[in-house]
Amino acid sequence: MTPFPSEQIENFHRLAPEIILCAFGIVIMVADAFVQAAHKRALGWLAFIGALGGLLGVHFMAHDPGNAYSNLIRADSFSIFVHLVVMGAAALAILGSFNYLDEENIQRGEYYALVLFATAGMGILAGANELVTAFIGLEMSSISTYVLAGFRRKAIKSNEASLKYFVLGSFATAFFLYGIAMVYGATGTTRIDLIADALQKMMADQGQVASLAILGLALMFVGLGFKVVVAPFQVYAPDVYEGSPTPVTALLASGPKAATFAVMLRIFYVSFGTAGNFWFWAVWISAVLTMIVGNFAALVQTNVKRMLAYSSIAHAGYILVAFAAGTDIGIAAVLFYLAAYALMKIGAFLVIAHLGQPGEKRLEITDYAGLGGRQPVLAICFSLFLLSLLGLPATGGFLGKLFAFQAALDSKVVWLVVIAAINSVIGAYYYLRVIVAMYFWEPSKEYLPSKVAPTLAFALAIAAVGTLYLGIFPARVLELAKVAADSIYLR
Amino acid sequence: MTLPFILFFVLALTAIGGALLLILAREPIHSALSLILVMMSLAGLYLMLGAEFVAAVQIIVYAGAIMVLFVFVIMLLNAGVEERTEYSKIAKYVGIPLGLLLLLDLAHGMAHSLMGRAPANGAGSANVMVSTRDLSLQLFQKYLFPFEATSILILIAILGALVLAKRDE
Repeated sequence: MTPFPSEQIENFHRLAPEIILCAFGIVIMVADAFVQAAHKRALGWLAFIGALGGLLGVHFMAHDPGNAYSNLIRADSFSIFVHLVVMGAAALAILGSFNYLDEENIQRGEYYALVLFATAGMGILAGANELVTAFIGLEMSSISTYVLAGFRRKAIKSNEASLKYFVLGSFATAFFLYGIAMVYGATGTTRIDLIADALQKMMADQGQVASLAILGLALMFVGLGFKVVVAPFQVYAPDVYEGSPTPVTALLASGPKAATFAVMLRIFYVSFGTAGNFWFWAVWISAVLTMIVGNFAALVQTNVKRMLAYSSIAHAGYILVAFAAGTDIGIAAVLFYLAAYALMKIGAFLVIAHLGQPGEKRLEITDYAGLGGRQPVLAICFSLFLLSLLGLPATGGFLGKLFAFQAALDSKVVWLVVIAAINSVIGAYYYLRVIVAMYFWEPSKEYLPSKVAPTLAFALAIAAVGTLYLGIFPARVLELAKVAADSIYLR
Repeated sequence: MTLPFILFFVLALTAIGGALLLILAREPIHSALSLILVMMSLAGLYLMLGAEFVAAVQIIVYAGAIMVLFVFVIMLLNAGVEERTEYSKIAKYVGIPLGLLLLLDLAHGMAHSLMGRAPANGAGSANVMVSTRDLSLQLFQKYLFPFEATSILILIAILGALVLAKRDE
């Protein structure tokens, strides 16, 4: 009889963020039964504390990095970096939800519990060193977000978003699962690092990688590509992003994307990177399609929320440019981009959440006319996020793009960078149009935007300061990203 | 021609036939019944591979619980005969060839990877017997973490169903 493996229990601090998040999620569920409807906001604060507790948990992780649970989970610098992005995004999204949920009259404990569970799933994704574990993490984050997307139950668009996301998302997950099965069939293991060994041995013995493994990788690319919203798997995204409650859209665009890109980096770089870069062209083509589809579709949108949904497709394309580099610098560039992107995208969507008014009626670009005169501080914040998305110097978005393009150029992926640069220029049009509307258009008379609540103002301030910080003093975060990139290959 | 060989083909062909019937039948209840056929023959295949636990789970969970759910839904919705519209042109001229291409590719990939050599580490191999005891040792030791995380996953699913289906107070 094998003795009970006690070392697994001893490593539980390497999962501290997930344990804390799930514990808070369960406490919120229980407390929800006892809290009166008028005081539901207290549960939101509990969730915010939970997210901060998750960040504290990352500290425990960082204190003693290593593997946990028979090497299924890795607590390395890479995982820590992604954890910080994901937990930060969750905390900001929770802060931005308080007033929105009051306005929509859906202030409920389940919302916050689901956000925390989703974040725990993203954390598992970031640290997964094994494909089944990654699958469970992916499902935890996906299923929670399917429900969150439909949280405005009386809005038909929200119902549509939830159903579409659920049906297509389950389909994509099936692809991912089938891919895992094939890779297991070809290599005999689901551990990400051991797959690399098996493939290298295959290369040495037969001079090529089994086509079953490549097919498996292709299917996993479909499944994960859906979750990070890259073309040609992006069709659902505009409807889902537009229909979801706006703070949920903010979370969707930042957290799951970062976590899924993290697990993609591990699978593509660690498992399938050492035995030849045969995924390069798939990523290349997908990057080009993603950028073009995202930017050109965004050009014709008049609904600002939908426009930002297309813009987030375009940004996934820029991240794939860094991804295609295939080097350590590429990983660092992806990570830096994800951090900068999360901050500016959450900021932009939270502004939209505020301006939307009950029922999300005010989403057209004409509703933004004259905002610069009416609410100067809010307009400056929104302009900052839009300029960062555009890639103006001194913002996080600019440096994110710069590092991404640099990493690709270092790997001689010149044409992709040329296409990406052209796309950035096209993208400038639709971001600037909103800024022009805010400052130069005649304000509409019948619509007066309401005041910004303190919690939302706080969240926006953090996002804005973070965006500027990454744009002006990037050295520290870039250094962290580089350390994280190095740690991904360590055994 | 050994007995397992014949048995394999019988079960495999039943599974494929059932799957075809499943998508071609016009009565929903016929589709549901052919799905049971598929599940049962797959359970038989698992049994032949020495995976008695998976076979039992297949029958209990899929052929049992999930199929009962299907039949109940069909009964409650009172679903009639499916109405066929003209097939979409894209599905006909692009979807079917692409599906066949995928089938050939998969068949080729699997045949190429598995033919002429022992499967790596006993994956998918018929000559390694995996007992229920081995399976549970794996599940509760090596794969303890995903197993535990699944309980949170189920909790999320329950919570989600509650959120979306609960009546407003």
